[in-house]
Amino acid sequence: MRTSIRRSHRLGAFVAVAALTTGLLAGCAKDSDDGSSDDSDGGSGGKGKTTLTIGTFGVFGYKQAGLYDEYMKLHPDISIKENVTTRTDVYWPKVLTRLQAGSGTDDIEAIEIGNITEAVQTQADKFVDLGKDVDKSQWLDWKNAQATTKDGKLIGLGTDVGPMAVCYRKDMFQKAGLPTDRAKLAQLWKGDWSKYVDLGKQYMKKAPKGTKFVDSASSVYNAAVGGASERYYDKDGNVVWDKSEGVKKAWDAAMTVATSDMSAKLKQFDPTWDQGFANGTFASIACPAWMVGYIEQKSGDSGKGKWDVAAAPAASNWGGSFLGVPTATKHQKEAVALAKWLTAPEQQAKVFAKQASFPSTPSAYATLKPQADTTAYFSNAPLTQIFSDSAKTIPPQPLGPKDKPIDNAISDIGILQVEQKGKSPAEGWDAAAKEIKDVLGQ
Amino acid sequence: MTSPDEALAHSASSADAAPGTPPGAARGAHGRGAPAGADSWRSRLYRWDMKASPYVFVAPFFVLFGAFTLVPLLYTAWYSLHNVQLSALDHQTWAGLDNYQHLLSSDFFWNALENTFTIGLISTVPQLMAAVWLAHLLNYRLRGSTVWRVVMLTPYATSVAAATLVFTLLYSWDGGMVNWVLHFFGAGPVNWRESDWGSQFAVSSIVIWRWTGYNALIYLAAMQAIPTDLYESAAIDGANRWQQFRHVTIPQLRPTILFTVVVSTIGATQLFGEPLLFGGVSGSKGGSEHQYQTLGLYMYDQGWIIGNLGKASAIAWSMFLILLLVAAVNLLLTRRLRKSQ
Repeated sequence: MRTSIRRSHRLGAFVAVAALTTGLLAGCAKDSDDGSSDDSDGGSGGKGKTTLTIGTFGVFGYKQAGLYDEYMKLHPDISIKENVTTRTDVYWPKVLTRLQAGSGTDDIEAIEIGNITEAVQTQADKFVDLGKDVDKSQWLDWKNAQATTKDGKLIGLGTDVGPMAVCYRKDMFQKAGLPTDRAKLAQLWKGDWSKYVDLGKQYMKKAPKGTKFVDSASSVYNAAVGGASERYYDKDGNVVWDKSEGVKKAWDAAMTVATSDMSAKLKQFDPTWDQGFANGTFASIACPAWMVGYIEQKSGDSGKGKWDVAAAPAASNWGGSFLGVPTATKHQKEAVALAKWLTAPEQQAKVFAKQASFPSTPSAYATLKPQADTTAYFSNAPLTQIFSDSAKTIPPQPLGPKDKPIDNAISDIGILQVEQKGKSPAEGWDAAAKEIKDVLGQ
Repeated sequence: MTSPDEALAHSASSADAAPGTPPGAARGAHGRGAPAGADSWRSRLYRWDMKASPYVFVAPFFVLFGAFTLVPLLYTAWYSLHNVQLSALDHQTWAGLDNYQHLLSSDFFWNALENTFTIGLISTVPQLMAAVWLAHLLNYRLRGSTVWRVVMLTPYATSVAAATLVFTLLYSWDGGMVNWVLHFFGAGPVNWRESDWGSQFAVSSIVIWRWTGYNALIYLAAMQAIPTDLYESAAIDGANRWQQFRHVTIPQLRPTILFTVVVSTIGATQLFGEPLLFGGVSGSKGGSEHQYQTLGLYMYDQGWIIGNLGKASAIAWSMFLILLLVAAVNLLLTRRLRKSQ
């Protein structure tokens, strides 16, 4: 959910919200369109062109980077149509039902990281095994692992990943008497997110008026849990959220934030969060690669040259997607070829240059060029270096089918109750536990 | 076959017939006095047309109703008796009344029911009262009355999404305009989204804002149908404006008020868009303590976020049953009122 929402917010909050009402209607209209166009595919234009459809949520950057046009030029017999559904919570149920009905799916379907395990575990037979067609070694191992079934079938090709860093306001850190050098900071909190939180306590002692250290407690939780080698499920697929060491450490760090005054108590991707960037209400935030562009956009000119990026305390991932080819498609061969091409290192590098989605293919890292104004905005921080170092060291993390609802329960129920309603950490934990039991049907 | 024009003409003329008398009997083939024989097939066709055409005309609605309401309704009922996961639609296992049993023992369900009720109450009652009052004002001779009426309807024409987005900004606890005004009057900031009453009040205010004008126009239409001599005689009896309003307008409006109460109650039971969007990113939870999670939200959360379609269907059917109950209570009340008149 988080990934998609950050994407949709690139289009602006309004579009994201409006998508629910108008988007649903538009989506319906599109559906009938899809169904009928399937029959006329062969005949349309009379040139025997194959129309490939690709279903995505939010901005994937393929269109923006001109990849569709490029591919159509290379393959004159192919034309590509992208069907965008802005919200994943609308997109994914739709894909699930169509996969199972065996009709109405696009030729390529994007799968968000929060849904990939559900797809791997319950829909594997509805997706083409892509493992034989590609050189798997071009992707990060942990990225491949997420889309691979127990019997070795690869159902999705990795698109982007979300390696984590810390984005911070140099000017505010300075006023609060903290070091501002990114290498020094990285050294200060290296190894553990709780050290980053400790620095927050120090920040609050001399904090510039009206500013807080972080945007929210769940931001810290999310960053910390994203790098744990185990969170809600263990390797064998058992639910271990209440015993997981990773969850416990992340929860404790978040609780330190929630029960102190260092949090601006914002909810990520709310309009008020956007305002927080613009007004400089908080001095730092755990930021995955894709958030860099978001910060630049929301902070605007006032933040230019004041933001900087330092390596995160521990490697961690937030977000990323996959492209899968449903077996129901009539153009299986063509769809696989397109998916393969779109996720190849060269194309991922092009998307990065345009959209700042960080490649999941390490061989692309050497060639990455962030946009010049973005680099300048973040005080010339070596963005590619920081994020690729992080991406390579992220531990493989077993995910589970209900990963996202469990994550929502902890962030949006447990942590929020403590942070915004003043409940005790124990009460927050119990509330989250009750919610998770409901999610798991226990 | 009968041309559409002819058929229209027939149905129009049949409308002239006294209600209750079958049109065919009143002016069937006999009425025409046509001789039997060569023309008899025509007259038979004509009679058949008279009987069948009305059904053909009403059929589209019922076909659509069947396809998009009845079938889904029954299918939902079937789902609600099964254990169905969104990710495994083919693997339904019979669950009997388990889903309903889970609901009855689930705190989340009762909480959602309670929220739906309270939010419905605090949005419907002030809304209808304000609507009557507004309609009463608009009923006076006003300069540019059309403008006022159009303006009244604009909130209704606004999309839920746009309205909710604006209200969410107004109610944001850090820098929102509502809190700024409160601060102006010396009151502390309220965390509108996370406080129990605050959030319910905020959601209700969006509903009230959107629907008051709509209801006011319905009342206004009804008020204009009230004969003026009633007011005149009331005025001669010495009744002031307020007394006229109480003793003439309100009793005359009674059927209209009942209608709007029913419609608003149904709307309140199905309340979904406003709280969902008010909640922002994880709107389907209805706040960290589910403080404004309505039945609609709970159903959405169970079905599309958690993926438990069986349970979501059970919630849908519970909502349906609740609506039937509401309708029944309403019917009883209406009968009472009629008798007392």
